[in-house]
Amino acid sequence: MTQTQAIPTNTLEPLPLAEGLQGIVGDWSSDQRAFKKVPWGKAMMWIFLVSDTFIFSAFLISYMTVRMSTTEPWPNPSEVFALTLFGRKIPLILIAIMTFILISSSGTMAMAVKFGYEKNKRMTFILLLITAAFGASFVGMQAFEWTKLIMEEGVRPWGNPMGAAQFGSAFFMITGFHGTHVSIGVIFLIIVAIKVIRGDLDHQRPGFLTGRKGNYEIVEIMGLYWHFVDLVWVFIFALFYLW
Amino acid sequence: MAHAEGQQHAYAEGQQHAHAEGQQHPIGIYLKIWGLLFILSTASYLVDYFHFQGYLRWFLIIVFMLAKAGLIVAVFMHMMWERLALMYAIVLPPLLLMVLLGIGALEADYTFVTRSVFFLKGLF
Repeated sequence: MTQTQAIPTNTLEPLPLAEGLQGIVGDWSSDQRAFKKVPWGKAMMWIFLVSDTFIFSAFLISYMTVRMSTTEPWPNPSEVFALTLFGRKIPLILIAIMTFILISSSGTMAMAVKFGYEKNKRMTFILLLITAAFGASFVGMQAFEWTKLIMEEGVRPWGNPMGAAQFGSAFFMITGFHGTHVSIGVIFLIIVAIKVIRGDLDHQRPGFLTGRKGNYEIVEIMGLYWHFVDLVWVFIFALFYLW
Repeated sequence: MAHAEGQQHAYAEGQQHAHAEGQQHPIGIYLKIWGLLFILSTASYLVDYFHFQGYLRWFLIIVFMLAKAGLIVAVFMHMMWERLALMYAIVLPPLLLMVLLGIGALEADYTFVTRSVFFLKGLF
């Protein structure tokens, strides 16, 4: 009896986790889940976002390649995307407003995640809907921008009156793919908001396509996707509109 | 009694463990980062508004872009509170894109030279 007590056989207590580089080796080689303290759904969303990073980077790098290699002058984005407001031509103003809207939606999303973990259904629901509304208005402004560019400036994927033909294809490809991401995000934000206010996450009701129990982690996972959409816009804003 | 107390203790520990799975941070940090992102966005817009050109323009655009991206990933996406294993698995692979960037730039320069020679001088 005394002997068995001397040997540490308590399997209930998890072993302490190493930190730093030893922690990386330990986590990856421990024959368990590699990403500790992270729900699997969140780890999978992160891995999806890495793959999406590569897709958007491929677009942006190919855009850089065509822009650097063309001998035609590249249309000046500062002038192409200028708007006349109050009788004054303001450069890039619509794009700046879109940037602020998307950043604001990221702020409300981050707070929705916080209130979600506090199980504050009402606040989470309201903040998710505000985020969705910001996202929808962003898509609306993008539609306005595309319409203006196609109808008034005469930009086409194969050419435009202002200079290098590659401008149109690069622009429609990159902003179109980003706008698609925003639109899908808005749809999912509304779905998550409905799940929250209906109490699905409190009652651990399984999702539509899964038998897994719902919980407030899905709000954070939704948030990761939404912040990524904002993150991509940061790069598009800097590299396409400000170059 | 002691048994019940022990159970309660274990229950509390279990709760704490479940708690550690989620990311909970005071709302103030989100609002501060939000404000900071607004300032950085305004700054990068002003780079265009005041017509900065050349290396200064590039330097400012890239600095503001990376600062904004870093803040979003670190705070809004909670990366600074994750374990190093996840951080490295997510943040390191995209650095490979620098290779693609370099190849793209080399190829673009070469294409530009070729086009300049054949298109601009009318040697076709």
